[in-house]
Amino acid sequence: MSRPVVAILDYGSGNLHSASRAIEARGCEAVLTSDADAAFAADGLVVPGVGAFAACLDGLRAVGGPDVIRRRLASGRPVLGICVGHQAMFAAGIEHGIEAPGVGVLPGTVDQLTSVRLPHMGWNTVVAAPGSVLFDGVQDERFYFVHSYAVHEANWPDGVRLTWCEHGGDRFVAAVEYGSLSSTQFHPEKSGDAGARLLRNWVATLAG
Amino acid sequence: MSLAIRVIPCLDVHDGRVVKGINFRSLRDAGDPVELATTYGLEGADELTFLDISASSDGRATTYEMVRRTAETVFIPLCVGGGVRGVDDVDRLLRTGADKIGINTGAITRPEAIDEIAARFGNQVVVLSLDARREAGQPSGFGVTTHGGRTSAGLDAIEWAKEAVDRGAGEILLNSMDADGTTSGFDLEMIEAVRAVVDVPLIASGGAGTVEHFVDAARAGADAVLAASVFHYGTLRIAGVKQALSQAGFPVRLG
Repeated sequence: MSRPVVAILDYGSGNLHSASRAIEARGCEAVLTSDADAAFAADGLVVPGVGAFAACLDGLRAVGGPDVIRRRLASGRPVLGICVGHQAMFAAGIEHGIEAPGVGVLPGTVDQLTSVRLPHMGWNTVVAAPGSVLFDGVQDERFYFVHSYAVHEANWPDGVRLTWCEHGGDRFVAAVEYGSLSSTQFHPEKSGDAGARLLRNWVATLAG
Repeated sequence: MSLAIRVIPCLDVHDGRVVKGINFRSLRDAGDPVELATTYGLEGADELTFLDISASSDGRATTYEMVRRTAETVFIPLCVGGGVRGVDDVDRLLRTGADKIGINTGAITRPEAIDEIAARFGNQVVVLSLDARREAGQPSGFGVTTHGGRTSAGLDAIEWAKEAVDRGAGEILLNSMDADGTTSGFDLEMIEAVRAVVDVPLIASGGAGTVEHFVDAARAGADAVLAASVFHYGTLRIAGVKQALSQAGFPVRLG
């Protein structure tokens, strides 16, 4: 079996280097690309993201990201969103009182966490979705979060698997598994052995 | 469910090599930051901080290379401080593999640098590195220093912490220049004073000598605890610090 090819979508956001190396360490060929065709053709697509929601979505649109994500999901091809790349999958985001549209492959709005201590920064536990593929073997581990915004609730579609986290009494979505879409609010590429196992679980879903 | 208290080793780096007191274990090359970072990663470090003390641009270039190699090897968050002046420095460090940057003198010289970096990369990237000491002339009794604690910046440390957070700093690394190197414990009053005025995560630094000192810092309100020499010399192990924190009732990540 050949090594799966994973495209890391480069749209000017985030620490692509770490995501790329973490994917390579799981036995894949990682390709940084801003080319929509390459992003569609790869066995897996990682959508990273750091910074403000609206700015990230602007960057994503500039490389045709939303269309590639929708096309991949429509044909059952795996996509992994990380941090703001996870947030981008939802219908909208509100930062500093300004609402911006997201890719919209999931319902729900990204808004500010309500805990006093923000950003939510550090290693937290999660309540993994029953039957989760991503969290197989790492249900009880801690993952590295760094964010001030998240999705709290939505009119969820049938079949969606939700993993939750809580910070300062505020419960929010830590990860989503829905069809061929996986996404995490935390950074698996920065979450040590637990993150490596989660990435391995995702890579195992790729054709290669 | 709640966040673990982070335990963070700090490495002083000069021209891409670790300096200051590396004296332990079976490292082949005690000055190689990547080897040391890997060791700390295996021992359960929750994050790593590099402080670049290079004076020359050549030295900085070597440090960038070191950050890149570390980020390829150790999959935990990396914070890099030292010599950060503005957006361009941060952009380069983030592209190299850093997750956060520490800004100290650069922000004292030009506070707007914090606003600019936070606007471009988000406030989670900006760590205010605050070297403070007891200074009777300041309203809070704590003053900001530069040049490794030798020079007063003429700023009240508590006011400066508040201003930096208002401008967009997402975390504060509070280093007590009085306690630094003493191994007689963190400056708990200083931690409490900063904790009382800012809501962002607070990293306590300076003075760690025993595992109980880390517990005291967490009780004073620190979200993370940082130390250098006690880890480098092998006086304390990260696992031992976490065990003490856990026994005191604080959540920790078991590596």
